[in-house]
Amino acid sequence: MQEVIKRYADRIRAAAADKKPLRLRGGGTKDFYGETPGGEVLDTREYAGIVAYEPTELVITARCGTPLVELEAALSAQGQYLAFEPPHFGPGATVGGMLAAGLSGPRRQAAGAVRDFVLGVRMLDGRGDDLSFGGQVMKNVAGYDVSRPMAGSLGTLGLILEVSLKVPPLPFAEATLKLELPQDKAIEMLNHWGGKPIPISASTWVEGDLTVRLSGAASAIQAARVVIGGESVAPEQAQGYWQDIREQTDVFFRTDKPLWRLSVPSVTPPLALPGEELIEWGGALRWLASNADARTIRDAATQSGGHATLFRGTDKSAGVFTPLAPPLARVHRNLKQAFDPAGVFNPGRMYPDL
Amino acid sequence: MNEGFRLLDPVRQGAAVNVLRAILPAESVLYEPEDTKPYECDGLSAYRALPMVVALPENEEQVSRVLRACHELKLPVVARGAGTGLSGGALPHGKGVLLSLAKMKRILALDPVARVARVQPGVRNLAISEAAAPYGLYYAPDPSSQIACSIGGNVGENAGGVHCLKYGLTVHNVLRVRGCTIEGEAVEFGSEALDVPGYDLLALIMGSEGMLAVATEITVKLVPKPHTARVILAAFDDVEKAGNAAAAMIAAGIIPAGLEMMDQPATRAVEEYVHAGYDLDAAALLLCESDGTVEEVEEEIGRMTAVLKQAGAYDFRISENEAERLKFWSGRKAAFPAMGRISPDYYCMDGTIPRKRLGEVLRFIAEMEKKYGLRCPNVFHAGDGNLHPLILFDANDPEQLHRTEAFAGEVLEKSIEVGGTVTGEHGVGIEKINQMCVQFTPAELEMFRAVKRAFDVDELLNPDKNIPSLHRCAEFGRMHVEGGRLPYPDIPRF
Repeated sequence: MQEVIKRYADRIRAAAADKKPLRLRGGGTKDFYGETPGGEVLDTREYAGIVAYEPTELVITARCGTPLVELEAALSAQGQYLAFEPPHFGPGATVGGMLAAGLSGPRRQAAGAVRDFVLGVRMLDGRGDDLSFGGQVMKNVAGYDVSRPMAGSLGTLGLILEVSLKVPPLPFAEATLKLELPQDKAIEMLNHWGGKPIPISASTWVEGDLTVRLSGAASAIQAARVVIGGESVAPEQAQGYWQDIREQTDVFFRTDKPLWRLSVPSVTPPLALPGEELIEWGGALRWLASNADARTIRDAATQSGGHATLFRGTDKSAGVFTPLAPPLARVHRNLKQAFDPAGVFNPGRMYPDL
Repeated sequence: MNEGFRLLDPVRQGAAVNVLRAILPAESVLYEPEDTKPYECDGLSAYRALPMVVALPENEEQVSRVLRACHELKLPVVARGAGTGLSGGALPHGKGVLLSLAKMKRILALDPVARVARVQPGVRNLAISEAAAPYGLYYAPDPSSQIACSIGGNVGENAGGVHCLKYGLTVHNVLRVRGCTIEGEAVEFGSEALDVPGYDLLALIMGSEGMLAVATEITVKLVPKPHTARVILAAFDDVEKAGNAAAAMIAAGIIPAGLEMMDQPATRAVEEYVHAGYDLDAAALLLCESDGTVEEVEEEIGRMTAVLKQAGAYDFRISENEAERLKFWSGRKAAFPAMGRISPDYYCMDGTIPRKRLGEVLRFIAEMEKKYGLRCPNVFHAGDGNLHPLILFDANDPEQLHRTEAFAGEVLEKSIEVGGTVTGEHGVGIEKINQMCVQFTPAELEMFRAVKRAFDVDELLNPDKNIPSLHRCAEFGRMHVEGGRLPYPDIPRF
């Protein structure tokens, strides 16, 4: 495997010398996400496999090219899992792509995002240097935390070689409840329950239906059922539903309209925007299928204290991500310069100047 | 570090005082030695330096203007919260400004529905939970210094606590940090939404020891207070058995709210001090806490008890009420002051190790006790592998201090050797800066410096902490080889 790293490093150095950008790519299941990728493909799937897995230490370390399904199968065999429920968006999804995309699924509000579970990263920077940050232990404050920001960096800072993740045990029990509520009332109840010791692990609201998943000790779930009310959803049906939300195979996502992702404070009242909405994360995530112009959508998100991303769409002329405030944009450029001085990694995938 | 670090330059001091007095009221600019003396060290009192000037801003505008002035004059700035840090992160710079955020201690807003609190950096960790208590909410990270330490300092160190395995570290519980760059420009990391566009700079500034920006406002997440909590006090006749019991707990799919271990020397020292009723014959004690609803806790305590029995605990007691729970915890919580009672001084280490290497590391520490002729009881956050060996010594004896430092250096390097880190939650500061040369390669250290320059190109924010220069490492490395054994830190003491 050291041979593969050497080949990658040589390729990076050559690209830097020739000023020829590289497009870091695993299974390509998230090609749709971010600005249109350019550059010559560097396939990360060659560097694959689980390096170390210690269930009793709650840590797994895997190479970038490891198929996400393989990682999840290994965890599941030991009764553990990726609590942030990353979407695969296709059978070819890899561990490296999961980290670079930084996307988290239905459990995000309760359990945390990808970055919350990152313990360490091994990477090649734009000089082809093999660097390791963080580690394989739960608590580590030696040096700056360079590994967590790799989550969601869209491969613009370096080639992620390996990642160590915290992997908690599976919940002892789960149950899903469904109740009819208008949107404003649903947002209100989700925030109200959020302040009570109720083990809500996922929630959606769409077309007047509020669906809530509970995870934890059987007794805690039983107590929460009484508080929340509604009807129980059969376990197999519930499992299928949350899988469809996570993978965006639910009927809501079968739309021809551009799909926007609005990340807002959970208490944000219903957004008066044209189009269809699906709410997740206790109110903190609003999916919007809408033909409204980018500016209207971005303004609504910004005014609520959040931001809007054009998640899926063909016309990306208004930019996929909300532009950064000037001092932050400067820090971003400086960091890009530090990690990738020749600008070879996925240039323009996140912002035109990164 | 050079001599200039501690020599006061009156002309430079006069210029700094004049500029700061134009920004702050006279009583908020301190420069007479009797006024600056209280700031000469943080919780790591072996390292001291008088700051050239102390500035005490009261609001963000003043922070911004002070930083802008320091940037123009190229003055180093060391930000300081409550000064409880244990790694010398807030050790002043003799030629710079000590920026105390102690006056910025207001809770600006608390929203029980959104479950967030917006606070100034000088607010004490515990004060947030106290303010949230009427709503059945609290701020989860609870470092042992929580009655005194400030949230700004918690951000600077990415502070943990006894409940962090289940509830996370500061990085998991802070949504947004507003602050100022060294140029005095206001900047926001994170937001009250769950994510932001661009790089996750909020994660990057967590634990950055005041070297990237100065926080002026912090939004923390508040979480529902569990209905109840109970703790199991389990006794083992062997330290490794106790370590294995912790692993077995995790293997059984249980994440305890708290999982703490003490070895026999630690237990004996604290029992004498607080009379918690600990079993003094036990080689190790394990405290294992469950929290949640009454039914949930009962269910979990049952599972935990089964695991502990299976793992060979020879005795256990389960707290029957809150008073008993607090009594069981009292010894663990008093571990540090108890050491102060049996020894003139103690030196607390902070390595994190993979839990499965615990036995090996404890045996190594026992060998080091013999090698250096110093006692070293151990307390251990068994859930997350964070070990706090406490070396007992007398600081008035320079030779003992010297041995203590060498002892600590060996233990930290052992932590790295077994796949751990030199610091789990106390930070590098000035204390562990040489061990950074062992944990990271020159290319990695260079990257850290580049990250710093991405925020602070002149390297004025808390210089000479956390990230060693390659020159310093080269010196450290040379000593390492020539001495034939591990060296002690070449740090000036004042």
